[in-house]
Amino acid sequence: MSSVEERVQKIVVEQLGVKDEEVTPEASFVDDLGADSLDTVELVMALEEEFETEIPDEDAEKITTVKQAIDYINAHQA
Amino acid sequence: MDNQIALVTGASRGIGRAIAAVLGQQGMRVAGTATTEEGAQRIQQELSSQGHEALGLCLNLTDTASMDAALERINQTFGAAPLVLVNNAGITRDNLMMRMKDEEWDAIIATNLSAVFQLTKRCMRAMTKARYGRIINITSVVGFSGNAGQTNYAAAKAGLVGFSKSLAREIGARGVTVNCVAPGFIDTDMTSSLPEPQREALLKNIPLGRLGQAEEVASAVAFLASAQAGYITGETLHVNGGMLMD
Repeated sequence: MSSVEERVQKIVVEQLGVKDEEVTPEASFVDDLGADSLDTVELVMALEEEFETEIPDEDAEKITTVKQAIDYINAHQA
Repeated sequence: MDNQIALVTGASRGIGRAIAAVLGQQGMRVAGTATTEEGAQRIQQELSSQGHEALGLCLNLTDTASMDAALERINQTFGAAPLVLVNNAGITRDNLMMRMKDEEWDAIIATNLSAVFQLTKRCMRAMTKARYGRIINITSVVGFSGNAGQTNYAAAKAGLVGFSKSLAREIGARGVTVNCVAPGFIDTDMTSSLPEPQREALLKNIPLGRLGQAEEVASAVAFLASAQAGYITGETLHVNGGMLMD
């Protein structure tokens, strides 16, 4: 089983069409990886599917970087 | 578009039945819904007898669990989700506004407008993932012209136009188009109940001088559902014999 970091990175690469090396922990989806509003919604949905969790809108809004996504998953995984 | 899966609501009669048939002819695998099990079986038999790979489904549009179940059946049967969605199902509860009951208003909004939101939402994800999709909402000339006795129906049908344009803006970047087809006075069960004098009066206002056929609406839907219509989105195609011109 891959680590949470690897799985998140894979989703970001697939969803945003960016290169592996661009997906650094500090990378911002919008500012660094070129995501638009639909991309960010789809990204959250992809994370929900991958980790079988539900991310409420209030929390989703706060997930703006790769690290925040990883931390959120780690904190909320069963 | 061979083998593509299309979902058509309200496919047992009238316009929906014609849409299901023509999409089948285009080589799509068609799932058609009806409000009863008999209706669903009829759809399946009819499309199968025409040589199309088809699935008839019983669907209650005011019940989201029923939508989830129907989409699950499509997935199980065809192995994928529909990339073509035709929101055709609709009902009427005509009454002059002064006499219209809240229930008559609510029933129309629930089935003709809210259900379109709910079903489309459930089908969108597969389309954005596939970077391809065709959503076609059947509105009505009445949504543009207004019609005495149909405040509820006209509101819902006009609502579909605004809904479609907004969604078209949201998911255009994913290769998904969202359009409307607005039938005029079409020869179906829904219009056959009109009294003769009203029918005569209506015909006078139709330059082509006749009612439309369900197949004529279906061919407009088939065009918008095709890959060839890929640069058309947020648009309404009027099929009304010239009854109303923008």
